[in-house]
Amino acid sequence: MMSAVRLSEVSWELVPREARILLCRTPAGFPSPAQDDMEEPIDLGAWLVEQPAASYVMRVDGHSMTGAGINDGDLVVVSRATKPRAGSIVVALVHGDRTLKRLRKLDGRLWLVPEAEGYPHTIVDENVEVWGVVVGLARRYQ
Amino acid sequence: MTSPIALQDANNFYVSCERAFDPSLRGVPAIVLSNNDGCAIARSAEAKALGIKMGDPIHLIRDKVKKHGIAVRSSNYALYGDMQRRILAAIEPFARDVEIYSIDENFLDLAGFEHLDLVAHCQALRARVEEWTTIPSCVGIGPTKTLAKLGNAAAKKNPLFDGVADMRDEAVRRWVMDRFEVEDVWGVGSATTRKLAELGIRTAGQLADMSMKQARGLGTVVLERLVAELNGVRSSVVELVEPQRKGMAVTRSFGRPVTELPTLLGPVAQYAMRAGEKLRQHGLVAGRLTVFFHTNRHKPERPQHSASRTSSMHPMTDDSLELIAAARSGVERAWREGFAYTKAGVILEELVAADERPRTLFEDAEGRDRRQRLMGAIDEINERFGKFAAIPGVQGFRREWKQQASMKSPAWTTRIEEVPRVRAK
Repeated sequence: MMSAVRLSEVSWELVPREARILLCRTPAGFPSPAQDDMEEPIDLGAWLVEQPAASYVMRVDGHSMTGAGINDGDLVVVSRATKPRAGSIVVALVHGDRTLKRLRKLDGRLWLVPEAEGYPHTIVDENVEVWGVVVGLARRYQ
Repeated sequence: MTSPIALQDANNFYVSCERAFDPSLRGVPAIVLSNNDGCAIARSAEAKALGIKMGDPIHLIRDKVKKHGIAVRSSNYALYGDMQRRILAAIEPFARDVEIYSIDENFLDLAGFEHLDLVAHCQALRARVEEWTTIPSCVGIGPTKTLAKLGNAAAKKNPLFDGVADMRDEAVRRWVMDRFEVEDVWGVGSATTRKLAELGIRTAGQLADMSMKQARGLGTVVLERLVAELNGVRSSVVELVEPQRKGMAVTRSFGRPVTELPTLLGPVAQYAMRAGEKLRQHGLVAGRLTVFFHTNRHKPERPQHSASRTSSMHPMTDDSLELIAAARSGVERAWREGFAYTKAGVILEELVAADERPRTLFEDAEGRDRRQRLMGAIDEINERFGKFAAIPGVQGFRREWKQQASMKSPAWTTRIEEVPRVRAK
């Protein structure tokens, strides 16, 4: 069924005049074919530090972990939300000294073990507190 | 039935932050000093036990510090701010909503968690915060913010609570309130304490038992609402205790005394700048600006002078350049030669929301708009490139008067060149 629409004259003041305008850039040249597929640049920091609220960056001072691929001057990401296990590389406080070692189980006991020749092992006892677990490593060559 | 509220409050927060990266501070008395190393603003339990009080000026406790080997640190807000951010991330999953009350106190809305054992829930929260940050904290649970806060204080004071006091428990509430002095209740001032003492009301428990009518008779709405809150009835006491900001101040002590007018204008301009920034952050404009400066009050043997000047801001404004001009002219008018000034500040009053600002007849709308954009740009630059990257010329570039912080720890968590070192030796 059709319905009739009657048009009548309306005074100018009653006509809504506020037109919404969408502004967009219309470049004179060719539009970039990548425009719709733009992504953020790679953020190495975010990749390295998965849980920023529980992670701390520390600077390595010394050569006792070179066997684990960690050199003097490297930055390590230390997580306090990751549970330390035998085999983890950890930051531990030994008599209040902050030290980097691998946690190992030897003869049923936990030890802090360096990974280079000539450094002592430390047994995990009441003087040792495992502070965090190394979850990332960063190094620049220049 | 309203949902329970918890208050999480870090123990000796600034000291705990310092301890997180400096193991030598563990188990020893340690204090953190205010801006410019003026007085003790955080004390480890060991320092409290030695009688160091909150706000003790360092020069009055030097002997004690030496005698007991108290470790002293300047305040390191970059560190504390970062640790606060971590704490917030840690507690966020434990609540429907978190309201930051101060740098070390957070209110948690526990709606949706009522079916859990909330004491165990809050213990888990404490454990999570400590795991992620090393920082110990206590939690008070209650039907109202006032009771949660009281519970928190009780949990801190009494080890029996093991860090969590649940004030929803009638017996716990009674026990805590009867031991809690009325003057320590949130929002009770010294005048009210005196009035209450005359009525024989000395504990929070007695205050809670006071009739509403009597509370009102004592003169303040705040007190009446406080009585309601203590009885578990939620009242907007918090908003009343902390009303829409009536004023704000930016003040600092100088690292070294200032004896010349041009040198004083620098810091004063910076404070006015900062005050403007705060106004814009909160969407406020100010109607009155007071600038003050004075000599060292702790050295009465030196010549003393204290000056202040107030200007009306007309129209009310949040424009740092206008605030700087007013502060500057105040300093110029009040300046007196021959004194060594050690502290200055800018105070803004009559604050109203910018969009409720009374208009004046002769406002230059276009000029104002341009200035607002300028201020926005300056704020953005300063936010992105660090405080005072963009500054008006008068602030000066050599900040000789910049405050002392001689015992400040590194920015351990926020600057790559200052991160803690771990030994591989």
